[in-house]
Amino acid sequence: MDAPILSVERLTVAYRLQGEWLEALHDVSLSVAAAQTYGIVGESGSGKSTLVQAVMGYLSANGAVRQGAITFEGEDWLHAPRRRREQLWGARLSMVPQDPLSALNPALTIGEQIAELVMRHTRASRRDAQARAVEMLKRVKLPDPEGIARRYPHQISGGQQQRALIAMALASPDLRLLVLDEPTTSLDVTTEAAILDLFAELQDNHRAATLFVTHNLGVVARMCQRVAVLYAGAVMEDAPTETLYGAALHPYTLLLLRAVPRIGDPTPLQAIAGRIPSLRQRPSGCVFAPRCPVALERCHAHKPPLERAADGHLVRCHRWREIAEGTLRLEDESAELKRREMGRAEIAFFDQLLSGEPNGAKATVMRAEHVRVRYGARGILGRLLGAKPPFRAVDDVSMRIPRGKTLGLVGESGSGKTTFARSLIGLIEIESGTAHLLEMPLRGTPRQRAKATLKAMQMIFQHPEESLNPYRTVGQTLRRPLMTLLGMKRAEADRAAADLLRAVNLPADYLSRFPGELSGGEKQRVAIARAFAAQPALILCDEPVSSLDVSVQAAILNLLAQLQAQYEVAYLFISHDLAVVGYLADYIAVIYRGQLVERGAAESFFTPPHHPYTEALLASIPLPDPKAKSRRIRLPDDQPSGAVPSGCRFHPRCPRYLGEICRAQEPPWQRDDQGRYYRCHIPPHELAELQKEDGA
Amino acid sequence: MIAYIARRVLFFGLTLLLTSLIVFAAVRLLPGDVETAVLGRGAEPAARAALRQELGLDLPFFVQYANWLSRFLQGDWGNSYSIKAPIMPLVMERLGNSLRLASIAMLIAIPPAVLLGLLAGLNEGKPFDTAFSLISLVLVGIPEFVMGIILINVVALEWKLLLPSASVPPDASFGEALPRLILPSLTAAAVLLAYIGRLTRVGVIAELRRTYVRTAVLKGLRWRQVVFKHVLRNALLPTITVIAISIGWLISGLVVIENVFAYPGLGRLMVFAIQQRDLPLILGGVMISVTVFALANLIADLLYAALNPRIRLS
Repeated sequence: MDAPILSVERLTVAYRLQGEWLEALHDVSLSVAAAQTYGIVGESGSGKSTLVQAVMGYLSANGAVRQGAITFEGEDWLHAPRRRREQLWGARLSMVPQDPLSALNPALTIGEQIAELVMRHTRASRRDAQARAVEMLKRVKLPDPEGIARRYPHQISGGQQQRALIAMALASPDLRLLVLDEPTTSLDVTTEAAILDLFAELQDNHRAATLFVTHNLGVVARMCQRVAVLYAGAVMEDAPTETLYGAALHPYTLLLLRAVPRIGDPTPLQAIAGRIPSLRQRPSGCVFAPRCPVALERCHAHKPPLERAADGHLVRCHRWREIAEGTLRLEDESAELKRREMGRAEIAFFDQLLSGEPNGAKATVMRAEHVRVRYGARGILGRLLGAKPPFRAVDDVSMRIPRGKTLGLVGESGSGKTTFARSLIGLIEIESGTAHLLEMPLRGTPRQRAKATLKAMQMIFQHPEESLNPYRTVGQTLRRPLMTLLGMKRAEADRAAADLLRAVNLPADYLSRFPGELSGGEKQRVAIARAFAAQPALILCDEPVSSLDVSVQAAILNLLAQLQAQYEVAYLFISHDLAVVGYLADYIAVIYRGQLVERGAAESFFTPPHHPYTEALLASIPLPDPKAKSRRIRLPDDQPSGAVPSGCRFHPRCPRYLGEICRAQEPPWQRDDQGRYYRCHIPPHELAELQKEDGA
Repeated sequence: MIAYIARRVLFFGLTLLLTSLIVFAAVRLLPGDVETAVLGRGAEPAARAALRQELGLDLPFFVQYANWLSRFLQGDWGNSYSIKAPIMPLVMERLGNSLRLASIAMLIAIPPAVLLGLLAGLNEGKPFDTAFSLISLVLVGIPEFVMGIILINVVALEWKLLLPSASVPPDASFGEALPRLILPSLTAAAVLLAYIGRLTRVGVIAELRRTYVRTAVLKGLRWRQVVFKHVLRNALLPTITVIAISIGWLISGLVVIENVFAYPGLGRLMVFAIQQRDLPLILGGVMISVTVFALANLIADLLYAALNPRIRLS
């Protein structure tokens, strides 16, 4: 094998926080060869960002490499002076960052931002550099590269911004190492798929070594030849991708793979109990031991070494031999873990709290008919004073949610899914159409609504840190709805709050804690407890798990499922992630640019025919299985905004575009044999045939 | 962009209209009546009534306002009660003086303010930054008259470099006036320098933390390029607005400095007018400083938009 482009040896990085050195990375080694894609997968707090910064030679001011070496093309990169690093940055190693909009300078054109790199590293004139920029924009498959070069970052869509950053990263002809730092995390799934295609294709040309850092197990499976699993600053396992996904030896890897929801797979997810230890609380033994279902005494006492289990397969676990031989099986113990989590006796009081038909026995909890919502002012004066032109975010959406069931509403950013939820709860006005909750009309702001309406519908938000008041203890937060909506006395509310906490698997002493002292998953549990406190009939869950790590996400999804089974609450579950929705929902509706395009029961949802947009969504999801074939359906990048297209709203991006009819006529609702509805001009049998041919 | 400009200009007009109404009403509400101010205490009731009629004070409020506004817009600002002279040339002369003082103060203050603020921001937490923060805080905190008196005592009386008084004869050329203007400008510039410098520092620190700076560094650009091409441009955007607002302060808010140096600026004229209950003069003076203030803001908004593609291209 060739000499590696990048080699990291026994790297230990620490941060100085309040006079104390805290290790963020411990003894990490890896090496990446030319044309190889090396995946680093880890949850938040795993140290992957620190690794990226160290590899780039750009650690933050309070960070320092305490031990180890980084070699780049045989050169001591760790001790390279700033001048030397400036010579190589952008020329021989470059990075594609996570959030494209914030990574681009808002005041410079895209072309200029690429050209300045070219001018810095080559002798190109300004004119040649700009020509090179346009050439690179063309290479990343941007339509109208000359036009994009003249535009500013805010004028192009997120996917286009990320393509521009890729163009920038690849602009140097001498590129040897490309570091991808969660490059698709902030993108919609259809855009992500197209960007991943682009990486795969470009890699064949540039032949640079690639370090692909991500939390997404599906992305790794698709893109990488080799993967290192990072947990709490240390490599747990390091293996060729197929080995890792097929024959992992570390309990963390095994559990992580079981925590990912998979399309169309109803097997209960296995959550990993506990949370990643903070920098201050790193255990002295194995870092995973506190959460490991098969940890022994020696796991807590001694750090396991990184051992060679097979050729090219490294694992850091005291018990990997037992796992390899099959004498230690994780199933049994983690199943027990699951039972412990699911069946709790302590929730008896909570049962009582919600028993006795609290919200009427009506079959339909919520129905919405032809709901339209628009943003922006109507009047001329408003426009003159700077209001945005009116924009209809939700257009003619109708749905029904039965008691105790979950309706999953799936759509990408800007589809109107959150706006719809906000209109139900009264945060934005319904322009026309009606919505009823238990036969009570949903009208007016929350302040104008009757207590019974408020009580019957609660909401869980995406970011628990923003929806919990940081100056109120958990107890105060939970007591409030109990006292205001249920009219409990203080002592009674205190007891009920403690029970609620237990129902969401948090210890009762959390009542006196502030949100700042909790982890993301714990905060979301508190938010769930608060939503349940009012004994609602319907909870609007707006992306409740998308800001959480995979292992925590599974636990929250299971908790939601368990609470629903016990209390017959209905959920409107809003998410961009079809796999998550598919796991929890009884019914699924897909929304595109303010309109529902498909709806039906979840069981049959993953077989064709699909609306072409749903088809593209399904084909775009990166599957956590390296053997899975990537499907061909890809959508062109969405435009940043713009007028609603005529006819079928999806026609400009539709892979199954028929012609004039799609542009001119709004498509009708069609019904297939399984009772699923979709809005398209292509009839069900024909669409099903087409999609089966393409292996959907 | 055109819609943006139209909107800003519309706002500018509305602001002036609304302020004129408020100021007009407020002046009417001032204690004391015009008749006493003009005719003296022992005036006959008949003379008082005649004067009221002559000045149009017996008409309904909005009619008075409309009359005043239409005359004002045609350049007929009336006569001052106390000086018995047309108001417009008086106010305009003082405005000219104030503008002269203001522009010198800004020329002295802004370049070093931006430079020092930039250096402090780039060296956040280091000794230079600490020293800058400390000194600028002191400068902002020292009352203007204290600063003025210190300057007079040291520069004019002790070192005898410049004259302590800044009263300029109306026909003096700029070259003759300049030495007299230096001390008052310096006094005003001290506050301005500290204020704009601190703002620039905060802007630079905020921009340095943004992700695009990392992108620029990791392109291999030299630090100088990163700072001047990427950071400074974005960091100065909020500063522009503040500079514009400080123009308003420099025009009409320098009463104290004008008094310390006996400088015939707009601020002193206003104080005089208020003391004399010279209503037309107050109105004229306030309207002109409001106009300058609003104009400065308008220019700032347009400049901000021109430098910020997010607004320019929306």
